[in-house]
Amino acid sequence: MDNLLEVQDVQVSFFTYAGEVQAVRGVGFSLGRGETLAIVGESGSGKSVTSKSIMRLLAKSAKIKHGSIRFEGKDIASLPEKQMQDIRGRDISMIFQDPMTSLNPTMTIGKQITEVLKKHRKLGGAEANRRAVELLDQVGIPNPDKRLKQYPHQLSGGMRQRVVIAIALACNPKVLIADEPTTALDVTIQAQILELMKKLQQELDTSIVLITHDLGVVANMASRVAVMYAGKIVETGTVDEIFYEGKHPYTWGLLASMPKLHEKSEELTAIPGTPPDLSDPPKGCPFAARCPYAMEICHEYMPEYTEHSETHRAACWLQDSRAPKVQSPLAGGDRP
Amino acid sequence: MTQMDNVDALFKPAAAKPDEREKISGKSLTAFQDSWRRLRQNKAAIVSLVILVIMLLLAIVGPWIGHHDYYSTDYNAVYQKPNADHWFGTDKFGRDQWARVWQGTRVSLLIAVLAAALDLVIGVAYGAISALFGGRVDNVMQRIVEILTGIPSLIIIILLMMVMKPGIVTIMVAMSITGWVNMARLVRAHIMKLKSQEFVLAARTLGTSTGRIITKHLIPNTIGIIVINTMFTIPSAIFTEAFLSFIGLGLQSPMSSLGVLINDGFASLNTQAYLLLYPSIVIVLIMVTFNILGDGLRDALDPRMRK
Amino acid sequence: MKRYIGIRIVYLLLTLFIITTATFFLMKALPGTPFDEEKLQQLPQEQRQMIYASYGLDKPVGVQYVNYLKNIVKGDLGTSFFYTGQPVKDIIMSRIGPSALIGLQAVLLGLAIGMILGIIAAYRHNSGWDYATMIIAVLGVSVPNFVLAALLQYFVGLKWGLLPVAFWESYPSSILPSIALCVGVIALIARFVRTEMLEVLEQDYVTTAKAKGLGFARIMFQHVIRNSLISVITILGPIVVNLLTGSLVIENIFGIPGIGSLFVDSIKMNDYSTIMGITIFYSAFYVFVMLIVDLLYGLVDPRIRLASGKE
Repeated sequence: MDNLLEVQDVQVSFFTYAGEVQAVRGVGFSLGRGETLAIVGESGSGKSVTSKSIMRLLAKSAKIKHGSIRFEGKDIASLPEKQMQDIRGRDISMIFQDPMTSLNPTMTIGKQITEVLKKHRKLGGAEANRRAVELLDQVGIPNPDKRLKQYPHQLSGGMRQRVVIAIALACNPKVLIADEPTTALDVTIQAQILELMKKLQQELDTSIVLITHDLGVVANMASRVAVMYAGKIVETGTVDEIFYEGKHPYTWGLLASMPKLHEKSEELTAIPGTPPDLSDPPKGCPFAARCPYAMEICHEYMPEYTEHSETHRAACWLQDSRAPKVQSPLAGGDRP
Repeated sequence: MTQMDNVDALFKPAAAKPDEREKISGKSLTAFQDSWRRLRQNKAAIVSLVILVIMLLLAIVGPWIGHHDYYSTDYNAVYQKPNADHWFGTDKFGRDQWARVWQGTRVSLLIAVLAAALDLVIGVAYGAISALFGGRVDNVMQRIVEILTGIPSLIIIILLMMVMKPGIVTIMVAMSITGWVNMARLVRAHIMKLKSQEFVLAARTLGTSTGRIITKHLIPNTIGIIVINTMFTIPSAIFTEAFLSFIGLGLQSPMSSLGVLINDGFASLNTQAYLLLYPSIVIVLIMVTFNILGDGLRDALDPRMRK
Repeated sequence: MKRYIGIRIVYLLLTLFIITTATFFLMKALPGTPFDEEKLQQLPQEQRQMIYASYGLDKPVGVQYVNYLKNIVKGDLGTSFFYTGQPVKDIIMSRIGPSALIGLQAVLLGLAIGMILGIIAAYRHNSGWDYATMIIAVLGVSVPNFVLAALLQYFVGLKWGLLPVAFWESYPSSILPSIALCVGVIALIARFVRTEMLEVLEQDYVTTAKAKGLGFARIMFQHVIRNSLISVITILGPIVVNLLTGSLVIENIFGIPGIGSLFVDSIKMNDYSTIMGITIFYSAFYVFVMLIVDLLYGLVDPRIRLASGKE
């Protein structure tokens, strides 16, 4: 299995004046060709930091303490900056959450697109403009030639995000990292943008790392899912495995907290409590404090991964043979 | 498996620890405590504060602890360099410079603080009324302010000084007549911003009365801006007074102010440099410390810089 | 956009009107007269009347005011009392040269140095450069320019004899005054640019630019610096004020025959018409600069220029 992207045991910390904050504490996953991997978690789980560290876009106060990030077999975690610049935008692209602020307000849309083309594809002025118009058309923006000369504030939120996608895919990168691409948009626009991304993925055979906290988006787009909590990945699997055969109590909690239209219940199920403070992380399983199935061992030692299938693994002491058998509260749920 | 032995016993359900679930590691601080802590970490600001306090003390006791008063002339002791009797030397009338410098500092600070206070009262009132009433009232008041800002204030001050008799009160009044505009603009802008922020909306939704919103939400959040602006108004006022005296419009000898002393000292720059040196050092120190403190306060009170 | 310009011009005229009116009435309120009272009283009544009449001082205040305004619109700023008979306008014009030269040099020098310092300070946040720049900025606004001018005069001029210290002899005469004047400008600009740039560096679009794989130079120039400098235009107003007031002192100290020293002299001599003339001149200049600043800003920031709404 030759993976496009292999992340192994990556640890990232922020060194603030209040001390070291361990944002990512040993994360590993892989991404193959044409796949969409969703990384799901609450705010503060470390998913954004993970994605930014792949691109090496972290703030100066952050350091990748440990681990390897391999792209097409080569370790990019320690690549010199100049070579990293070649990879960014050309082989791996990233789009961010807020289209309002992601674009430079004083630069025309056209220039922001042709910038990438000129840098990586060495296109000349007229050619770059032509290609930019093509791209705008591809992402579904009407009147693309007029748009070239316009500024971001003259476009609506949805259109801006399309432009952002156009910029990211301009050089046909192999990997697209999308950090909550639809969170800041209206629900109807969300659907459009997701459809657009799926269409482009098929056309360009791009692999996507989709970061989100919205399980609906996951169900729509992803082929595989990694569930993150407090800087660690607690469970990985295909979409089906996670949704219907989830093994980790946090996964259960997440799925249970999704409001379901057809069920008539009075209350929403929430997971009580809040994630731990990462400047002083707990020594055991990070979820132990909030887990209804927590055992003594969970507070003392970090669980290791148990493989349930070639694609499915979870890190939970419940998987251990010595633990009491617990059935998922979602068992018997609606499977088509 | 890693180095874990004898853990079989641990595979029993753990006692629920509801406090652990919501644990917050850091200490909780009020906004002021957090700001104070940040200010304390700003070494430059603390040093400035210390120097400023020293200056203030000297201004208060200085004229008394020297050997002479600030206005008596002594024609046997003109143009003396600093010595044991006259710690800062004497001027061309034989007046003790130590006393004059600190008396001058008193006067300059007094003028500056009073002018800043006047600024504050007028400016805050104007800005607050404008922002709180909103609508037409605000519109009209703002148009007036816009026109006033178009007028270079120093020109007005100079003209006013020419018309009124020179004196401490007139300088104060002249500076305040143009100075309040800045404070009014800042206060209005800030209150408008606060008014539209969601926490005010939230308070309203919870049924908080308007009066309480003003006292508990708007005012505490505006004090910061007011204090910071005042911190910068004071050095500006000191400078203006010095400037006016320099071009002959401010206070005159035998009265003593930093401006008067610098003006006098300038005349004998080549021969008696010390006459200019000491008041210059004092004025620079005061202005620098106020500016650094103002900066430090501004950084400390800015919630965005919270780490 | 046109409406925007129109409104600004209306404000400009309104402001000027207020200033000229205020100036007029303040001058009228001044104690004392511009004339040498002793000699005047020795003259017979008629001759005194004639002298008053020649300056238009015999008519009632209201009429004087209207005449005054009419004259200003025509560009006539009256005649000087001190330099008897000379039209104020001519006097001002003859002395604009030195002031303009020094002012311009101070602005350009200040802008250049200030921007460079500010940019470096922001880029190397919390480093030696940063602290040095902040120190310069604070000193620049705290050390009164007459103190600085005195120091320059004393050390560079007298003790080391490098540059001329006084009077207007040749180009080098303008160097020290320009330096003394530009320090305030440097301080204002350096700190402002630094703050702006620090904010810009935090923005999402800078991260986007990095994510595109753009090189350091391109990101800095096209994205960071451009956006930081746009707002420098907004502080040009205070800078102009800084220069105007600074020039009063600097020209005095260095003996430059410019408008600043003319103003100070007129004040000392109670030359009312010249004082009024210069006040109007300064105010008009300031207001005009503010207008240009507003226009420039509208042109340069596309968000204002093209506020034509979204589609």
